[in-house]
Amino acid sequence: MTAHSSILRSLLVTGILGTLLVAAPAFAQQTPEQPSSQPASPPAASQPPETPRAATPAPSMQPQPTTVPGRPDIPNAEVATQLRGITPPPFPAPPDQLPIPHLKLPKGFKIEVYASGIANARSLRLGDKGTVFVSNRVLDKVYAIVDRNGKREAKVIASGLDRPNGLAFHNGTLYIAEGTKISKLEKIEDNLDNPPQLVVIYDDLPNHQSHGWKFIAIGPDNKLYINVGSPCNICIPPEENGQIRRINLDGSGAEVFARGVRNSVGFDWHPLTKELYFTDNGRDWLSEDLPEDELNRVTKVGQHFGFPYCHQGNFTDREVGWGRSCDEFVKPVALLGPHSAALGMRFYTGRMFPAEYRNAIFIARHGSWNKTKKIGGDVVVAKLNQNGTVKSIEPFLTGFLQNNAYIGRPVDVQVMKDGSLLVSDDHAGAVYRITHSTERVAKR
Amino acid sequence: MHSFALAVLVSLVALPVAAATLAERFASCLACHGEHGQSAIPEVPSLGAQPAFYVTIQLYMFRERMRVVEPMNETTKGLSDNDVRGMAELIAQLPPPLPATDPPDPVRLDRAHVLIQQHRCNFCHNQDFSGAQNVPRLAGQREDYLIKALREYKSNARRGYDASMADVMYPVTDADILDLAHFLARLP
Repeated sequence: MTAHSSILRSLLVTGILGTLLVAAPAFAQQTPEQPSSQPASPPAASQPPETPRAATPAPSMQPQPTTVPGRPDIPNAEVATQLRGITPPPFPAPPDQLPIPHLKLPKGFKIEVYASGIANARSLRLGDKGTVFVSNRVLDKVYAIVDRNGKREAKVIASGLDRPNGLAFHNGTLYIAEGTKISKLEKIEDNLDNPPQLVVIYDDLPNHQSHGWKFIAIGPDNKLYINVGSPCNICIPPEENGQIRRINLDGSGAEVFARGVRNSVGFDWHPLTKELYFTDNGRDWLSEDLPEDELNRVTKVGQHFGFPYCHQGNFTDREVGWGRSCDEFVKPVALLGPHSAALGMRFYTGRMFPAEYRNAIFIARHGSWNKTKKIGGDVVVAKLNQNGTVKSIEPFLTGFLQNNAYIGRPVDVQVMKDGSLLVSDDHAGAVYRITHSTERVAKR
Repeated sequence: MHSFALAVLVSLVALPVAAATLAERFASCLACHGEHGQSAIPEVPSLGAQPAFYVTIQLYMFRERMRVVEPMNETTKGLSDNDVRGMAELIAQLPPPLPATDPPDPVRLDRAHVLIQQHRCNFCHNQDFSGAQNVPRLAGQREDYLIKALREYKSNARRGYDASMADVMYPVTDADILDLAHFLARLP
């Protein structure tokens, strides 16, 4: 080890606490003079010395921020490392290591494995003929789960895709949303053994990794709705981002449906009012307890839901919210917990579960990472009032969170024709099925 | 240099898949990435002491062509899931690379230090930049490779397994990248 490298190491170790005090002010002083990435250089000889900017020193009254938006100062290294993102493994858990024994449901409900061995199982969709389609986010595949002679098997129907998180199914056609395009597979259920090539229907989408995966669904108006997330944790997003847009099924007629959306990974329409409800993930790195993820309801085309200026309908952002008010934006109908990562949601339209679940919303909360004491990693149920507002949010499927670590992470839910409910888990790489036993008396 | 690396690799991986044992395949890794965890080839990363989970994910992505770098796609072709995990374990056991020995520029070190504080690189990469789990070791990595990787994350040319680095790089400038690489390459 050379002499300078040990100096470097001591600089690094002691500097974690010390540099903010020592080096940061020096940097802050440079900032106003160096808006671009130009190296520091003495003023050119030709520059008039009496230029107002040069003659007046930078005002010292204003605090000079040393943090960039969304990057807080957490001097305690041990705390900081507990706030890391949680990465799903590329390989599924073996069948004997699935979290089923730890999972809990209200009385009368049961959970079983529907299919396993599906690494990074994400969005779920049901085909007309009973095929269940499962997508990937960090991997590249789309699966079909088929029943063959009483044996359920998952087979890959498309691979080599770019973050193919979004799935929708309509009139025999499966729609797949990748990072920057949406494609279709017509008559897919008749061709599961020999799936056709994807046909692109729409690709006018910005290319970014951050929140670049898509959620899609087809509305009661037979249009395809797409979440176009914000390309950052917190920023004023470009015009084409931070929105839910809709297109015709042939890719034409793109229109912004909702704005001010940070990143929605789940939406569905109320079975009676046909209004769109969507989950939205709040920003990271603001606080352990703020902001909460949102459940929103769109009552008019083009409404703005606040991001990045207003969070959870009641406070403005500490970095980009100055000069704005939450009154400018549509407020959420419910808050779903800080950093809880509320993702997939469906209205329950089946008949197997007790009447109190009819037209309620099941919401998969993937579980927080940006919080030392984790929350979520469950499925909650939002019960609604007649007028479409939220009456209650209650736990439904719990147990994925054990000793502050996840043994599975729910992503999406899907109501089956028999009224049972599927839940996908992108950590264990499995799909579960929840049933309700009619032998029990649901209510006394 | 690239074509040289490619030639070495192609000659090594031309063995029939079934005939090549994990050890033989591992030898082909070291031909480019260096015997002792230290790469001597520009823009080819040093692999010493990389966390096994990080390497598992990268090898998986190469095998599935989710990351397209032809020599790596060739090398990982036909590896089983267990091969991927086994290879990652072997790589994780290589000694950490030695930091660059040419004298550092103190001004750049200072700037890098402030950047690290601002962007909280050490939250995920650890205080000593040894990496953890799915997050790579950066200490002592080749400077040219760090520059290349950070630029690719910044431009979305390199696809991350998840979007963390794209998120982090959003406000980072190219000048920042050069300073960060200068610092990290010299870190033991």
